[in-house]
Amino acid sequence: MLRAAPPLTLALFLLPIAAGLAGTALPAFGYLPALGHTEVSLGAWRELMATPGLADTLALTLRVGLLATALSVVLAIGFCALAHERPWLRRCENALAPLLATPHAALAIGFAFLILPSGWLARLVSPDLTGWHTPPQIVTVRDPQGLSLAGGLVLKETPYLVLMILAASVQMRVRDLVASARALGYGPAAAWLFAVLPRLYAQIRLPVYAVLAFSLSAVDVALILAPGTPPPLAVLAMRWFADYDLALYPRAAAAALLQLALVAGAIVAWRLGEILTARLGRAIILRGWRAPAAEPVAAAAALGAVGTGVAAFAAIAGMALWSVAAGWRFPAALPEALTLDVWTRHLPEVGRPLEMTLAAGAAATVIALVLALACLENEQRAALRPGTGTLWLLYLPLLVPQIAFLFGVQVALVQAGLDGTLAAVIWAHLLFVLPYVFLSLADPFRALDPRFARSAAALGAGRARIFVRIKLPMLAKPILVAAAIGFAVSVGQYLPTLFAGAGRVATLTTEAVTLATGADRRILGVYAVLQAALPALVYGLALGLPRLMFRNRRGLA
Amino acid sequence: MDRRSFVAGLAAATLVPRAAASSETRPWEDILAAARGQTVYWNAWAGDERTNAFIAWTGEEMRRRFGVAVVHVRLRDTAEAVARVVAEKQAGRGSGGSVDLIWINGPNFLAMKTQGLLFGPFAETLPNWHFVDTTRKRSNVIDFTVPVEGFAAPWRMAQVVYVYDSARLAAADLPRSIPALLAWAQRHPGRLTHPTVRNFLGATFLKQALAELAPDPAALQRPADDAAFEAATAPLWVWYDALRPNLWRQGREFPETGPAQRQLLDDGEIDIAISFNPAEAAVSIANRLLPPTARVFVLARGTIGNTSFVAIPFNAAGKEGAMAVADFLLEPATQAYAQDPRHMGNFTVLDLGRLDAADRQRFLDLRSDPALPTNEELGVPLPEPHPSWMTRLVAAWEARTH
Repeated sequence: MLRAAPPLTLALFLLPIAAGLAGTALPAFGYLPALGHTEVSLGAWRELMATPGLADTLALTLRVGLLATALSVVLAIGFCALAHERPWLRRCENALAPLLATPHAALAIGFAFLILPSGWLARLVSPDLTGWHTPPQIVTVRDPQGLSLAGGLVLKETPYLVLMILAASVQMRVRDLVASARALGYGPAAAWLFAVLPRLYAQIRLPVYAVLAFSLSAVDVALILAPGTPPPLAVLAMRWFADYDLALYPRAAAAALLQLALVAGAIVAWRLGEILTARLGRAIILRGWRAPAAEPVAAAAALGAVGTGVAAFAAIAGMALWSVAAGWRFPAALPEALTLDVWTRHLPEVGRPLEMTLAAGAAATVIALVLALACLENEQRAALRPGTGTLWLLYLPLLVPQIAFLFGVQVALVQAGLDGTLAAVIWAHLLFVLPYVFLSLADPFRALDPRFARSAAALGAGRARIFVRIKLPMLAKPILVAAAIGFAVSVGQYLPTLFAGAGRVATLTTEAVTLATGADRRILGVYAVLQAALPALVYGLALGLPRLMFRNRRGLA
Repeated sequence: MDRRSFVAGLAAATLVPRAAASSETRPWEDILAAARGQTVYWNAWAGDERTNAFIAWTGEEMRRRFGVAVVHVRLRDTAEAVARVVAEKQAGRGSGGSVDLIWINGPNFLAMKTQGLLFGPFAETLPNWHFVDTTRKRSNVIDFTVPVEGFAAPWRMAQVVYVYDSARLAAADLPRSIPALLAWAQRHPGRLTHPTVRNFLGATFLKQALAELAPDPAALQRPADDAAFEAATAPLWVWYDALRPNLWRQGREFPETGPAQRQLLDDGEIDIAISFNPAEAAVSIANRLLPPTARVFVLARGTIGNTSFVAIPFNAAGKEGAMAVADFLLEPATQAYAQDPRHMGNFTVLDLGRLDAADRQRFLDLRSDPALPTNEELGVPLPEPHPSWMTRLVAAWEARTH
């Protein structure tokens, strides 16, 4: 049965993506029998190309995607180049968990309030320092260049990449490498950048591509921070998909396919950039340049990384403050008075989305854990060596833009009569939860000293018994952390919930994004705080439980 | 998709000229009995918290009194629900549909009615229908020039007003006409905006201007064609091109919705905001969303008014429950609750003259509020143009703003 785990996992995974892509690609080329179109045509593409402002849309999408990814990568690398030697920076890592757990939408909502002309930053310094009694007429949020959107993405992607780098460095002898380089006269940052990063980058390449794909195609963050005229491509496709005029359907499908091509092209371009950077880096390293400039540059980037962390916490804090604010007008730095009114009034209505969030999150996480553990255990028993191909497959849902396959998935769900069910939502979440759970679990699982299992086997324990009595308890901490990550990913899903849930299954995130375009900031505050608190709570449990369970076992807690 | 849905799709797209009438004839007791235990998925635009709270309250009352559960499916745009019903029809799902009730009017209503996506006629068989004002509030039976014919039940009135803060603007300086609004914006650049025209309220901002600027307002009551549209909107675009650079953020970016625009007013980023609720200022003050000095004004030549309806898709799973909700919404007590500025504040669709004394008293008891306009101030609402004007305005605006 265990042997069926990898093919089952891949089927659960690849079938919907393949079906979804087909359901998008066929209408894009004019094949839509339900509307009486059975001949291949390029009509949809001609309509798409004739869309007013399409060039602006594409430029905006590419600019934001590349800028956000480049900035996140630079900040994360700068942080890690210094963190390995500075204890106070290492302590910042503890702050990563809650940041990672906070869904994109919640952060974006808080970030918008932070930087609005009438936002919190302006309020803190007005009118005393600025003389502003009414908000200045400057453009921040939803700026036509997409800078605020890129900023909102960086807020979330930087901590993610830092975590990925830290996870990858566990498998390298960072300390020895840095020590050797230091002995040769390199500064601390240069030592890390020249001796550690080149080998480490190969391991964070896929996460970087995932960040790139997400930044190019995010819909929820874009609805909050991106300009509306013209919007990024994914939002444009979304608008057409949501229109009741079915004649727009092929055009929407074409836009979704264009989005896919954009992501693929950007990944190829990024890869070329990697090759160029590597050549340049190698030349520098071979010439023996000690790169003293690396220190201040890395320091600036690290500072930027810490700055994004501070901004992210301030974003959540601002929304928390709104949720208890009686009234809060420009230019007051703080609310006039505090009240729990909004919480007491809106908690009942939050109940149902909260239940759905918990149910979908718990179910998707448990299924993902079971599948991931089964695959890993099977891999170990069959002594398989995981190839990079498998890794790419695992990353597929994170690389293919959601808009490009979710609509096709929805059509399939409607035909199967499964749309709008919790089961459909759980499945849709699983597509995104499973890669994260698997990736965070794989390294600790493979790194577990095989001598424990051998000793147990020598004492007469069967494979199942070894798995349950030795591996599971010894891996309790990474399993719980993987569960927490999976749960956080599920809580943050917007488009998958919207499409699979047919609007009937509402979660905290779909409700928050629905409210985000206008409604009362105090109510939005309630949703944003709950959105952030729920995964953070699960994270806390994941870190705290092993300490409780294994307080008398060294090395497990 | 199979052959059957291909045919159904084709039929939906081309063959059925209007709603397939399956008139509701059962006794009301039977309908209520069938409704008990049903869950009504009410698809409603969820951008306004006060309306969301009212829908939640409706759900509690329906459960308590009729054993009907109401779930608010929160939409960013009403078109999402229409798209869902269209998709279900395409997939051949003739019953057990996922949408039971839709808050609807204008182009969405016309689209559903002409494509045969609506159940009915049912509205005129509702017990509380006889309270509805069908003579003076004509928008209750004619929606955007389209006869409703019982395919939707009215539940709230809307009329364009402009909201401002009387602490910042003096009543004497308020622009009382569309040309005056332009002059005002030129004097106060950056202090006026409107929701994006893709949003119904943003489209209404343009329709309101069109109603005053069109050379022949009667043309707006007929479906628009290219020539009529060109002729009627030429002065509008001259006006708008002059206005746009003077809007908030030079008219390059717009708030997504009415509430987002109200937030700008509260944040002090703008001074005038359009609204479809005459009680917008009163309700917002009661909910601490605007300062206590917020007030509304209307234009001297009148403003556009319309009615919000609820309609039932042809394949709704809970038709009886949905009808029970539609009838509950027309109860005098419900309407008075909705009109209370502490709740929604929107004006009733009922004819107070048809109510008994006790019910009429509910409306008279509503506390007077300095932020509420009087009926005299509001005047007789102007009729909505035919939906085709709105559709074309949105498309033309999209093309012009890029």
